[in-house]
Amino acid sequence: MKYKMTRKQKKMLRRIIIAACLLVAFTIIKVVFSQIPWPVFLALFLIPYVIIGYDVIRTAVINIIHGQLLDEKFLMAIASIGAIATGEFPEAVAVILFFQVGELFESIAVGRTRKSVAALMDIRPDYANLIITDADGLEKEETVSPEEVNVGSIIVIKPGEKIPLDGIITEGTTTVNTSALTGESLPQDMAPGDKVISGTLNLTGVCRVRTSGIYSESTVARILELVENSSENKAQAENFITRFAHWYTPVVVIAALLLAVVPPLFLGIANGEVWSTWVGRALVFLVVSCPCALVVSVPLSFFSGIGGASREGILIKGANYLEALSKADTVVFDKTGTLTKGAFAVDDIHPNEISRAELLDIAALAESYSSHPIAVSVIQAHHDHLDKNRVGDVREIAGKGVCAMIDGDSYYVGNGSLMDEIGAAWHECHLTGTIIHVARISSGSCEYLGHIIVNDEIKAESEEAIEELHKVGIDKTVMLTGDKEDIAGNVAKKLKLTEYYAKLLPEDKVERVKELMAKGARTVFVGDGINDAPVLATADVGIAMGAMGSDAAIESADIVLMDDDPLKIAKAVRIARKTMTIVKENIVFSLAVKAVILILGALGIANMWLAVFGDVGVLVLAILNSLRCFRIISGKK
Amino acid sequence: MKKSYEAELDCANCARKVQEAILKDPRVKFCSVNYMSQKITLEADDADFDDVVKMAADCVRKVDPDCEMII
Repeated sequence: MKYKMTRKQKKMLRRIIIAACLLVAFTIIKVVFSQIPWPVFLALFLIPYVIIGYDVIRTAVINIIHGQLLDEKFLMAIASIGAIATGEFPEAVAVILFFQVGELFESIAVGRTRKSVAALMDIRPDYANLIITDADGLEKEETVSPEEVNVGSIIVIKPGEKIPLDGIITEGTTTVNTSALTGESLPQDMAPGDKVISGTLNLTGVCRVRTSGIYSESTVARILELVENSSENKAQAENFITRFAHWYTPVVVIAALLLAVVPPLFLGIANGEVWSTWVGRALVFLVVSCPCALVVSVPLSFFSGIGGASREGILIKGANYLEALSKADTVVFDKTGTLTKGAFAVDDIHPNEISRAELLDIAALAESYSSHPIAVSVIQAHHDHLDKNRVGDVREIAGKGVCAMIDGDSYYVGNGSLMDEIGAAWHECHLTGTIIHVARISSGSCEYLGHIIVNDEIKAESEEAIEELHKVGIDKTVMLTGDKEDIAGNVAKKLKLTEYYAKLLPEDKVERVKELMAKGARTVFVGDGINDAPVLATADVGIAMGAMGSDAAIESADIVLMDDDPLKIAKAVRIARKTMTIVKENIVFSLAVKAVILILGALGIANMWLAVFGDVGVLVLAILNSLRCFRIISGKK
Repeated sequence: MKKSYEAELDCANCARKVQEAILKDPRVKFCSVNYMSQKITLEADDADFDDVVKMAADCVRKVDPDCEMII
């Protein structure tokens, strides 16, 4: 994306170019015609000095009045005036010139990053096409702001428009691009009855949507709020820099004062030569007294990292969570809905002396009036038409199963204890999962017909996701579930998890996470965000998955994955690690260069030119390094 | 009450200084000055809020005369 400079920035660029040209020209004149008396050069160099530095001087003066003595503009002004006083006119101009170059660069870099992050988050809908029925029953379309649309209103969404509110399609089919929210670029087909999410893009068809909530409670409003507030939560690294900057400038300035005054006291208090040498060295200190490179590059790195992550459908609520995630060594998963689909499916059918189809037929008929997830999975596995006329009385036996009259015989469909109750000759299955046994009682004799194995399906990406996590250096992957031991063990083995805990009540999950944290593990908890809010809050970092359309998840988690792809967890960890590496590089690099300049300056090896170049150079390099957070992440798969 | 205001902050170090200055006021419960999002977030009791906002705007002007907090 091309960045357009603001008027303020363009003006500064012109000033920099003019001052730089004059500086070069006058410096050449000074070298060639060195016999010209110095007042002429002073007058000459004052021209670029004023062009480039008038606002710095003005701010410095205002700040003195306000009592802000340690403002960097004030310090730059002192450094440059000091340079003039010691007869170093080109250096005086250069100090201010490069200071301005640094400021301009900082402003452009931040402006660019802000723009590109804002572009990623360009999901705010501007309007909604509301259908209004007038007194004559005629329908009229009106363009209104999304905030004005009530719950249950009908809105029309045309191709190419952003979906302004959450709702359900009542008419029309279309395809929707959810990439702005999820990073998933494959469009989704939508038909009447399907749920559409605000902030996504309608691609092909015109459709009517009945809104299911008001704008301020919509997905898009919540996401925007989250993204906009994310920079409030500052990371430790940022707080470190803030504290550091608080002390750095005063310390350097005091050191500069001491350097200017103390050595001449011992080396020759009456010697003008000695004074100008040491004052010159002190000025080098003032030039590097601004902590700008650090103060801008650290938050810029976090901002880029969070921005890059949001493009992938990973919303991070603050730099502190990014930092915590980068340190994580343990990832705890909730099983259902996170590693598994949370929907049951028939794994296998083991009939006893009848055909598989017959067994499934009977089970499906018996369960045909039930809405229990397990019953639904059996009915779904039965692809043919279910003739409900064959079913007579159905009696539910709580906690055990059902008894249904089918074709005049009574069939019992349920668990092992139901089979025991009716005295069926049943047996356990060698497969793990939820087992549905089927038995028939006809003319007093009980006959065992076989069983159906139902399992919560593991997501296709889960195995790879765990592998990726181990690859990025997560030592421990733990699964928590309320399910039976054998089911949990089976899933854990298939996914190669390091640990699992089964038969947990919701409050036990909090306890397990607390135990892990007490042992010193930096724990990430991943859940669906619906009924595990306490666990999400307990862990160092709580990640909610499949948050698109779920308000609860967006509220309770620290990091929100818009879709339910577990691979994104490893990606988030990777982004966090990369960002932290860049932050550390910037801190170490900036501090090291400043320290070197200070030492060389005190020894008289570094002159003002080196100090100016070093200072602005560090700033520019640190900013460019920060921007890598954004580029690498968004470019890499 | 908690509210955000826009401010054209010129440099990251100025943002830091503005934040330090605002936080000196005991009425301020929370303050985050953000150079990246060019935003100042303030939290204070409802009764003090208007005064706190004025005080914050003053801090901004004092630290950086070129910068204005948009109330």
